[in-house]
Amino acid sequence: MLEIENLTVSIEGKELLKDISLSIAEGETRMLFGENGSGKTSLIMAIMGLGPYRVESGRILFKGEDITRLPANERASRGIGIMFQRPPTIRGLKVKQMLEIIERDGQDIDELAGSLNFTKFLDRDLNLGFSGGEIKKAELLQLLAQDPDLVLLDEPESGVDLVNIDLIGNAIRSLLQKDIHKERKKAGLIITHSGYILDYVEADRGCVLVNKTIWCTGNPHEILQGIKERGYEGCLTCQK
Amino acid sequence: MSEVRKKAEAAKEKAAKYGPDIDLDKYTLEAPEYEEKELSDIDVVDRERLLSAGVDVTGAERSGSFIQVDRSVIHAAPTQEGIEVMATRRALEKYDWLSEYLWSAVPVDTDKYTASAEINFQNGYFVRSLPGAKTVFPVQACLYLKAGDISQNVHNIIIAEEGSELHIITGCATDSPEARGLHIGISEFYVKKNAKITFSMIHNWAENVAVRPRSAIRIEEGGVFINNYICLNPVESLQLYPSAYLVGEGATARFNSILFAQPGSFMDVGSRAVLSAPETRCEMIARALTTGGKIVSRGLLVGEVEGVKAHLECRGMILAGDGEIQAIPELDGKVAGVDMSHEAAVGKIAREEVEYLMARGLSEDEAVATIVRGFLHVDIEGLPAVLKDQIDKAVELSEQSLL
Repeated sequence: MLEIENLTVSIEGKELLKDISLSIAEGETRMLFGENGSGKTSLIMAIMGLGPYRVESGRILFKGEDITRLPANERASRGIGIMFQRPPTIRGLKVKQMLEIIERDGQDIDELAGSLNFTKFLDRDLNLGFSGGEIKKAELLQLLAQDPDLVLLDEPESGVDLVNIDLIGNAIRSLLQKDIHKERKKAGLIITHSGYILDYVEADRGCVLVNKTIWCTGNPHEILQGIKERGYEGCLTCQK
Repeated sequence: MSEVRKKAEAAKEKAAKYGPDIDLDKYTLEAPEYEEKELSDIDVVDRERLLSAGVDVTGAERSGSFIQVDRSVIHAAPTQEGIEVMATRRALEKYDWLSEYLWSAVPVDTDKYTASAEINFQNGYFVRSLPGAKTVFPVQACLYLKAGDISQNVHNIIIAEEGSELHIITGCATDSPEARGLHIGISEFYVKKNAKITFSMIHNWAENVAVRPRSAIRIEEGGVFINNYICLNPVESLQLYPSAYLVGEGATARFNSILFAQPGSFMDVGSRAVLSAPETRCEMIARALTTGGKIVSRGLLVGEVEGVKAHLECRGMILAGDGEIQAIPELDGKVAGVDMSHEAAVGKIAREEVEYLMARGLSEDEAVATIVRGFLHVDIEGLPAVLKDQIDKAVELSEQSLL
């Protein structure tokens, strides 16, 4: 579904990602690990076509089409969705209005909001004064309304309390069609530090971003365990 | 000569503290006179122009109507029991006590415009809700400029008696977008004990019209005053700075303003509140958007006694390079124990916000329009539906400026 080929990305002349190749199949959930500032967020922003990131070389293919130069809304309409870690506040735009703008398949917005225990926020300005957990819920609601084929999640569990992590974890399961086993279509790329999300979402593979590039790919639990034991420096000495 | 008139004569040349000075001699006081008519028979106004200022000439869903064209009151009548709507001159004849209210909230010698309103008094409206009366629908009042180069000088008095509720929509408009003229409007509001006035003023002037309203509001114990001010159309020069005096315990005032300045427009708009009684509250919210005009957005909160609470928020958005917005919020706490704050922000549309919406599938243009619409959207109580169309029009115009 997603093929990234030798992607090099810079910002204001500074190289952030170098020669990244990554492939995510239909129905696959991929974890992306990496220390703070390693470029994980830059990678998913580049996949979505956001921010001041400049693709210096390489390309991004989605469902076989080269989307490297497409604006973000074109990527969204082709089926890519993103959960922002720190989304901006849009004053005067109510959560409900936003959901009505996004949704395409006539989903019941009130029902979606109810499932995340978020009904009372529908009349609030989008992200205005939201807590960490509320931001995640608002992001997830938008993604549920958008129903993308590939979801890019930037630390979905950060800032979420133990009561809400359940709700959020389950919403992500539903986004990724985790209840469908054979003909699952939805794919995901999930950035995580803590790995808590792995308790909710069974990931097929994990990979580590070190030194601006994808250093290794493998079993997500093993990678997480390795990082816990030896830190990201351990990744550098570990056999690729 | 009365004391008031003497003061007015003395202030005839007194420039206003804010806004460009206007040469009053450029304008004429002469205009054709029009007869008073039933609403349905009114033919001297452009109904479309009125409608876009929130005035409905059918009078449907209104508790009364007042229309003044240049210097002539052409209609003034309530349609609800307990509500009075009449020309100020007539009200002064009818009620001896009313002269006590005239120039009581607004000093006649404030500047040359208040002086002119006294010396060249050409009527205006008197609207009053009797004790306990509550308007079912808003009362509408319209001040309309038709004659060329006219100087319109009106004096309005609005009184909500004890326990009453009054909602007024004032629409100001010109006969054509090319009209030239000057509008001077004095408005004095008296909110009695536990009464409430919601006052929505929609300005639909023209590029060559100068506007100098002078308003003050006196709010007694438990009274509530809500002021909505909207100006989305071009105006040559507009300056207003109404003052609310919260003199009774628990009085509340709220000011919402939405301003949109197109190239060539100058707007200097603010609101001032003096909180001089315990437990008084005030909130001011202003949104200023420019595609090339200049906006000065002022706000002043004065806390005179302990325990008052007030907040002032001004947000400005500059959509085109040569637009200018000055946000000038001021707080004046005169004793310990006041709780007053302000926030002001002026900037362009944040790229981050546009991209956020694009990531959800909106095109860049749609994203910008959505942000602008949200920016102009203030939760305003009692705004007529026509305003939504006006805001949509402003969003459209602002979009064009970005292309």
